[in-house]
Amino acid sequence: MTSTLAQPSVARPRFRPNRLDWASFLGTGATRLATLLIAAILLVILGNIIINGWPYLSWRFVSTGAASDMFDVQKAGILPMIYGTVARVFLMTILVLPAGVLTAIYLTEYARMHSPFTRIIHGAINNLAGVPSIVFGLFGAGFFVRFIGGSLDSVLYPGKTATIWGQPALLWASATLAVMTLPVVIVATEESLRAIPQGLREASLALGASKLETIFKVVLPQAVPGIMTGAILAISRAAGEVAPILFTGAAYYMRDLPRSLHDQFMDLGYHVFILSTQSPDVDKTRPLLYATVLVLLILTFTLNVVAIFVRASMRRKLRMLS
Amino acid sequence: MIHPPLSRRSVGWMGIRRGHRAKPLEWLAEKIIFVVSLTAILMVFLIFIFIGREALPIIFGRMNTARTQKTIPPAEMGKMSQAQLCDYLGLTKDQYAAIDHDTLKTLMELKVEAGADSSHSKDAAVNSAQWRYLLRPYQWDGHPTPEYIWQPVSKVPKYNIVPLIVGSLKVTVIAMLFSVPLALAAALYVSQLARPRVREIAKPALELLAGIPSVVLGFFALIVMATILQRVFGSESRLNALCAGIALAFAVIPVIFSIAEDALSSVPRSYIQAALALGASPWKAAAQVALPAAVPGIFAAVALGFGRAIGETMVVLMASGNASIISANVFDSARTITATIAAELGEVVFGGAHYRILFLIGILLFIVTFITNFAADTIMNRLKARMEGRAK
Repeated sequence: MTSTLAQPSVARPRFRPNRLDWASFLGTGATRLATLLIAAILLVILGNIIINGWPYLSWRFVSTGAASDMFDVQKAGILPMIYGTVARVFLMTILVLPAGVLTAIYLTEYARMHSPFTRIIHGAINNLAGVPSIVFGLFGAGFFVRFIGGSLDSVLYPGKTATIWGQPALLWASATLAVMTLPVVIVATEESLRAIPQGLREASLALGASKLETIFKVVLPQAVPGIMTGAILAISRAAGEVAPILFTGAAYYMRDLPRSLHDQFMDLGYHVFILSTQSPDVDKTRPLLYATVLVLLILTFTLNVVAIFVRASMRRKLRMLS
Repeated sequence: MIHPPLSRRSVGWMGIRRGHRAKPLEWLAEKIIFVVSLTAILMVFLIFIFIGREALPIIFGRMNTARTQKTIPPAEMGKMSQAQLCDYLGLTKDQYAAIDHDTLKTLMELKVEAGADSSHSKDAAVNSAQWRYLLRPYQWDGHPTPEYIWQPVSKVPKYNIVPLIVGSLKVTVIAMLFSVPLALAAALYVSQLARPRVREIAKPALELLAGIPSVVLGFFALIVMATILQRVFGSESRLNALCAGIALAFAVIPVIFSIAEDALSSVPRSYIQAALALGASPWKAAAQVALPAAVPGIFAAVALGFGRAIGETMVVLMASGNASIISANVFDSARTITATIAAELGEVVFGGAHYRILFLIGILLFIVTFITNFAADTIMNRLKARMEGRAK
């Protein structure tokens, strides 16, 4: 219609000042440079690990047990560490999900938004999220291992001096990690519960469902992707943590895989620490170290990427709903 | 904000409201939900109590590491009560119950020997687990001046925690100097200046950086970065505070970025549009309108970043060199609170002075992060309330 207006120069009008605005130019440039620098750091770290770790990665490496000499480049495998890490993370998920989801349900469905009590719970959650991981390690050693484990021993096996539960173990490491990741699950679940339209709840209540039925049959199924995201983020956070399990369950070396909840276990992250600090000859064991780091990264990153995608698709769906 | 008065019935106990009359089982289920929701509060309390419990004897000065107490000849063992014996030999009740009479006698004899052995050194009489020796310098035997020394494994254990606090602060400050400008600049760029496409790439990338386990960052600093830094700066020790600080910055950048970016993005769009309409360049709108409006959020971001940096363990344990030196030189090695706990708790005598001092610095760390978190939380809440109030 108005073909004169559709000329390229008019299509995107720009109000440029007559002379170059140095402050703007430098400021924008500097912030862009900072962003690029951060991206470069990420790429360098990942690139370095992938390039050095990939050639040594083999099926044998991830499927054989630890050799009696952990630093033997030809024979050492990391199956026990993968097993230990997966086991502790799995147990942790079982422990943290019910507690996290129920807390989020209370906060969104029952608690009043701005009551002092709700604020205290929120404060506690935020605080828990900021507690250093080594403090969780101390807490796990003092509370789970000594207090709960020690009490269990004296109740279950009175009169015996042998310690069965009162020592670092798989269960205690998982419980410590569950406390650590509780805020992650609560926050993710809460977010997804709040995003569910209020009309859905009202419709269910209007049809005669009780509040509890509404929550568990209508609201919660809708929130499953959000809960999944929370669980995945918690898992990926916990899988890489080493400090909390140092005194609650990780073992330097074990001949056998852990068989029960009160056994210690070998751990992938802890193994990275051992390989990089205790190796008798760093240059010789370097391929071993890089390959182990790569496996750990693949494990945590796969989970992270899945979480990012699930969350993105969930947000898109919700945006379409509302 | 004024709430309409709510009747007691409609609110119920502790804020549980129900739309429909609940059946007994549902009543129980709702109570269970409420009780479980207290877990987070309970855990914060338990952390404080159970770490504090182990540190209590130190806090009240009831531990004694001095080795020349008056020695008691083993023959007089029968005259002492159980509590006296425990105290004298430094045993807990459980340990006391676990050992038999002969072992006890041997322990008494050892004590006498040790007393005779060390009585000529004046340091042996020092109870180094007292506050005075934890915090203030002391002139130990063979040292020309009073010094702050952390040397828990030696003939006379020295537990001065000042070098650890200085080490933690030093590494943290280095990390903040690198991470704060970078993360804030990136947050400003991504939230205000970049095209939406850049934003869609940058945010997940930062999440990936946050997802790198700290032990991997520590490994990277130890194996790759330390060598490069030493080659560039020619520093004496390969592992030093600078190396640990930079690696720590990688861990802190995502924390500061994500919170600062949130704060900057939640500045009402109309502010920016108004500035642009008045002729400001996008940079001016971002730096002079959006940034000041988001200052509380940015402050919270920096506070949380600080908390994360001072509490980070594996990176500093692997990259800082772990020598407890007090110095302002960034190329000297440093020992932090977190690394000390991680490195030493596995090897201490359970219930001893060293063990309890490690819990003491643990509770110190907990309190510091508690305060920074609380500050950040309060600021964020106020900001949120202001934003919501404005939206109305």
